Amino acid sequence: MDLQPTDDQAALVEMITTFAADRFPIETVRSFGNSDGFARTLWGELAALGTFGISVSEDLGGVGLNFIDAVLVHEALGAALCPGPIVAATLAAGLVNGVIDGSVVPCIIDLGSDGPLAVENFRSSDVLLVVDDAGVGIIESDNVSGTDVVHPTDPTTPITILASLPKTKSIGDAELAKRWRQRGSLLASAQLSGNSSGSTSLAVEYAKEREQFGRPIGSFQGLKHLLADSWIRTEVARSSVWAAGVTIDEPEVGSIDRAVAGSRLTAARAATENAKTCVQVHGGMGFTWEVDAHLFLKRAWVLETQFGSIDDAAEVVAHLYADR
Amino acid sequence: MHLRDSDSDADFRSEVREWLRSAVASMPTPPSPDDWPGRRSYDAQWQRMLFDAGYAGINWPAEHGGRGATPTEHLIFLEESAAAKAPDVGVGFVGQMHAGPTIIAEGTNAQKAHHLRGILTGDHVWCQGFSEPGSGSDLASLRTRAFRDGDDYVVSGQKIWTSHAVAADYCEMLVRTDPNEPKHKGISWLIMPMNLPCIDVRPLVTVHGSTEFAELFLDEVRVPVANLVGAENDGWRVANVTLSFERGTGFVGELLDTTNVFQELIEMAKSTIRTGRAIWADDSIRREVGIIGADLDALWAFTKRNVSQGARGGLAMGSGSGFKVAFATTQHRLGDLALRVLDRASLSMDDLGGQPTGVLVHSKLHAFAISLGGGTTQIQQNIIAERVLGLPRER
Repeated sequence: MDLQPTDDQAALVEMITTFAADRFPIETVRSFGNSDGFARTLWGELAALGTFGISVSEDLGGVGLNFIDAVLVHEALGAALCPGPIVAATLAAGLVNGVIDGSVVPCIIDLGSDGPLAVENFRSSDVLLVVDDAGVGIIESDNVSGTDVVHPTDPTTPITILASLPKTKSIGDAELAKRWRQRGSLLASAQLSGNSSGSTSLAVEYAKEREQFGRPIGSFQGLKHLLADSWIRTEVARSSVWAAGVTIDEPEVGSIDRAVAGSRLTAARAATENAKTCVQVHGGMGFTWEVDAHLFLKRAWVLETQFGSIDDAAEVVAHLYADR
Repeated sequence: MHLRDSDSDADFRSEVREWLRSAVASMPTPPSPDDWPGRRSYDAQWQRMLFDAGYAGINWPAEHGGRGATPTEHLIFLEESAAAKAPDVGVGFVGQMHAGPTIIAEGTNAQKAHHLRGILTGDHVWCQGFSEPGSGSDLASLRTRAFRDGDDYVVSGQKIWTSHAVAADYCEMLVRTDPNEPKHKGISWLIMPMNLPCIDVRPLVTVHGSTEFAELFLDEVRVPVANLVGAENDGWRVANVTLSFERGTGFVGELLDTTNVFQELIEMAKSTIRTGRAIWADDSIRREVGIIGADLDALWAFTKRNVSQGARGGLAMGSGSGFKVAFATTQHRLGDLALRVLDRASLSMDDLGGQPTGVLVHSKLHAFAISLGGGTTQIQQNIIAERVLGLPRER
């Protein structure tokens, strides 16, 4: 048992973090949200790092690492609010040609979720992947019609509402659909875990600089306790996310469904609560468009709906405990 | 990263499991919680069996009589002990977890020779005299005075939250030896035999009726200077050396207990009918179970992260504090859910109707022990805010 990153894994996270800070600063993240803002060059750079094919075997063109490594990468990308369909690309890598090298950009819809046929990042995609209980299908995005949401709640995640369910070509059966839902859910949770840590860093920085009553507001216990709680929520979320990643690699150690659903609960709570705290710590400025705090909150709201709701996850964990 | 056992860990697990199976079966029925002589002899019997089998002081260095097990082996031992329903450390807690490790790190050879074996065999029971009525969160403000008089310290003052004092042979105690120095600099760490004259032990009953704690009233107790551990006035540092021994296993026993209580709560919710249907059929109850279950799984993973850090030399700053706050929050949340499920069955501290209703009420009240004991949640939050996040101190 060893639930701490190895030196190689720490170096991987460091590399992704540095890359994201350099190539995806927040201004770039914001521009990805514009209809013409998605930059294929940047997407290609992300692909060239091995981001999407990280846990795909080398003979299929991937990096050949484990799924936990993909989880760590998504955590680091989530902290930087990295834009674009990175979960879809990681799922499709190795199965859909061109995804690993970034030349084909996929987007995804899971029909297990209720509500509108909303697809993230549809307009910049080449192919749409459709997941339902029976399997996974694919269709070229140009052959799908939909209406772009004018004001997506998360300004850095463009949303398109499909006019109808397209007919797709099957690329996998129910087994693949189940696998994608588990892995997609966990990758989104990994981003939520990273998101929770990113908003905490932003809030802590501000609390050290901002002065009121003649001293930094971070010296007040009222804020200290809020921020300590944020840090703790991240550590709790990260613990379940890491354990779930390892459980996917080593299924004999526990229930993947329980670990994945549990991760969604702890990571979604960490991201949404920490982002709320981040807005609150920024005071009035946190209520403005210009300060980045709201971007963490709104991205968290997007991620927490992907591949199942919070309530679904709670039901899964409850039943797996009860039916032990 | 891995969660599966390495080959050697798997071997250790099966060896421990086999030993526990027969050892646990040979133990008598446990005494009632308030029968302290009975508890002491029961715990000593179990500790002796551990000692004879080579499991005593599992995480202590081998040169001091321990097993020198890795943090992972320690975790495995605790997991298997819980699965086998083995007795927990009981009255051996302070000696094995704190006083013994402190003496290993800071004691003289004579102190090591005199004390370590007795702790490992279960013959010597220790209690802790750190907190005082006026010194809780601000422990370093403690005022119990020790004057040097020849070969003795003459100790007067009052201690509180002294666990197992009724059953103890020795007390690890913090006293003020120099009131003129800044508060952290005038404290010393003493071994006080509990059979000395002028020690008055008065039980301090907790909200859940436990008699495990006491107050100590010390009126010119003469403690030999030879019982000073570390240098005079260096006791604050001495008291903190055990922090560096912490390898992430500190709360494993509590977490195992909580997990068991949670399973009992689920069984009750499934089998109890209210207004014509099982409580379990209520969405809000079930989803709350899901959230708490996810938190418990996360706390297990958090423990494994901390143990993994421990195996690499020590916990990262804040890991222990963060775990404790999260655990306390979950314990309270579980207790709140238990009271919802129990409804009016919560009116008795003893089990009703063959269901573990009293156990659940105790568990809710015990949550305060987690959020208050060993540094309150708010103190832990301050530690995280200042030492991990780097926020400025208040003054």
